[in-house]
Amino acid sequence: MTAAAAGPLSPPAAPAPAEPGKAQRRAAARRRRVPYLLLLAGVAWLLVFFVAPLVYQASTSVQTGTLEDGFKVTWHFATYWDALTEYWPHFVRSLVYSGIATVLCLVIGYPLAYTIAFRAGRWRNLVLILVIAPFFTSFLIRTLAWETILADQGPVVSFLNDLHVLDVTSWLGITEGDRVLATPLAVVCGLTYNFLPFMILPLYTSLERVDGRLHEAAGDLYATPFTVFRKVTFPLSMPGVVAGTLLTFIPASGDYINAELLGSTNQQMIGNVIESQFLRVLDYPTAAALSFILMAVILAVVTLYIRRAGTEELV
Amino acid sequence: MEQFETLSPPQRAAMARSMTSGRGALARRSLLRAAGLGVIGTAGLTACGIPAAGRKGGTVSTDHSAQEKVVDFSNWTEYIDVSDDGKHRPTLDAFTRRTGIKVKYTEDINDNIEFFGKIKPQLAAGQDTGRDLMVLTDWLAGRMIRLGWVQQLNSANLPHAYANLEQRFRSPDWDPGRAYSYPWQGIATCIAYNKKATGGRKVTSISQLLDDTSLKGKVAMLSEMRDTIGMTLLDMGELPEKVTDDTFAAAVARIQKAVDSQQIRKFTGNEYTDGLSKGDIAACVAWAGDLVQLRIDDPDIEYVFPDSGFLSSTDNLLIPNKARHKTNAERLIDYYYEPPVAAQLSAYINYVCPVAGVKPYLAKIDPGLASNPLILPDAAMDAKTHEFRSLSDAEDSRYEDTFSKLIGA
Repeated sequence: MTAAAAGPLSPPAAPAPAEPGKAQRRAAARRRRVPYLLLLAGVAWLLVFFVAPLVYQASTSVQTGTLEDGFKVTWHFATYWDALTEYWPHFVRSLVYSGIATVLCLVIGYPLAYTIAFRAGRWRNLVLILVIAPFFTSFLIRTLAWETILADQGPVVSFLNDLHVLDVTSWLGITEGDRVLATPLAVVCGLTYNFLPFMILPLYTSLERVDGRLHEAAGDLYATPFTVFRKVTFPLSMPGVVAGTLLTFIPASGDYINAELLGSTNQQMIGNVIESQFLRVLDYPTAAALSFILMAVILAVVTLYIRRAGTEELV
Repeated sequence: MEQFETLSPPQRAAMARSMTSGRGALARRSLLRAAGLGVIGTAGLTACGIPAAGRKGGTVSTDHSAQEKVVDFSNWTEYIDVSDDGKHRPTLDAFTRRTGIKVKYTEDINDNIEFFGKIKPQLAAGQDTGRDLMVLTDWLAGRMIRLGWVQQLNSANLPHAYANLEQRFRSPDWDPGRAYSYPWQGIATCIAYNKKATGGRKVTSISQLLDDTSLKGKVAMLSEMRDTIGMTLLDMGELPEKVTDDTFAAAVARIQKAVDSQQIRKFTGNEYTDGLSKGDIAACVAWAGDLVQLRIDDPDIEYVFPDSGFLSSTDNLLIPNKARHKTNAERLIDYYYEPPVAAQLSAYINYVCPVAGVKPYLAKIDPGLASNPLILPDAAMDAKTHEFRSLSDAEDSRYEDTFSKLIGA
């Protein structure tokens, strides 16, 4: 901060002031103000779009009433308990689905990011564009496209059926009969597909910064390629892994589009419940309470994860 | 945390001190400050609250109809006639030519529930929604009237509408005498199936949808509670007009069984049309108007009205509170109740026409249309048609809650 203030923003040396102490104090005061002024836009944005809605939701969650008579704050905290006892399976399902999707993203995304960072050469930019390309169409359209790709009579499902893959997945309980749509598999695949770029990009940025000479050095010290990866590359890419998993896991656990379009009644996630409580049942307090519980659960999971991953060793 | 590695031990010690006993530490003063913030926060939370619905700040705003020759009309997608090149809407254009009133037509309604969520904040706060006319299905129209969020119509501006409204639509229990609303079109709920996906089998009843194991995993029902529950009630020999907590629960249990046995694939909104034509959905509860359009592209798709009866409803024209151009909106409503105009509209969109006396005009467009029971229901259709009782808000909330658990959320 002081570096910024001492930069171009600080006033030029005061021209021989009559009272040097006063001018210095004024300059110092101005310098102290600068960081706050710089923060102003960000803070205002946070206040309006984060704090205010949060306060409003917090208030809604402890209100009671009906649409006709209005809702009043009655500090009815029981809403939280009721919501939790009624919808805990949806919470569990959301965490499981988004957890699996995050792991799949990591497994698929890491080799890809690794290849782009170290092996893509002049194709690097092209491949990166291909990773981002799906974002040029809307989230909804991309998910709807999967409805067509995975159609019961479509080539993908027929192919899987011919290979008897679906018999295995069916036995595992992740698909039903000879279809993929409206099963857990479809929802998890949809989540994985939609959030994959959020995993690849942070992985790529941290892998790209790894100095190639470290690999050579490790090789000179008789490390096998696998050991190089395990002891050098992977630890150095940990910031990317953590950022990528968070960017995938957090939005995935609140997602409801994939469950809505690719899932069935038994795959609805907590986002679907919140949507339905808000719009269909018009039970705003329960919806708000569910949102807060979801936020708390995600915060808890993320905190635990960051503790385990150990931010100290990240860089 | 690379930057900390470069710190000298005394610097690190200083940092540790500042965390434990400096500004970062939990001192009495900071606790007091937190408590103060807590008090302010609590006050803030209590200040929020959603006011009771009703005519906050009055319903009427100054009518600018005379000065501003426009009307803002919100409707569902694909719910109006369009010229062959897709650029014009002939009936609206004719209205503008005749009256000089420009219609700003927006297709921004996809779903009753969603649309209600969209306009609720303005209406609850007693503000203009920027719309003069909107089209909502019965149950939501009823709710809007109960909440006092729509304006009473001025019958002096509606001579054609008053004279030509079909008898059966005249006095729904949620708007006796049509003081607030006029039907745009009527909707018949039916059963639809794809012959290719059922292997040539006919599907003719809700019982068959719920029990026929050859359809397992390929059945869909609508996520509109009234359509799905209403059709099931009829199949069970109960009347949706007289739905009670008991019969409602029985119908839900009946469907739940089919959900548990994985007979039902999913509950859908309008998007069932897509699955039905692909064959992912072999049979489903559907809206007849959609089927006419679907059958043009795919003759394998069939629809039936079950013998036990079917549910009919209407989509209704309403003028929200604080609309700026109320008179213009009423003139537009009245215009669509002129039989030639109504015939032109229904011939294009194939929904039930609520206007009496359109038959000769329909016959002039296409003789087949005049005898189409989907547009002009015949006596046989009339005998089978039923309506869902209008629910109080408390009932509605309770039923929707039960129903949303049935459909998974």
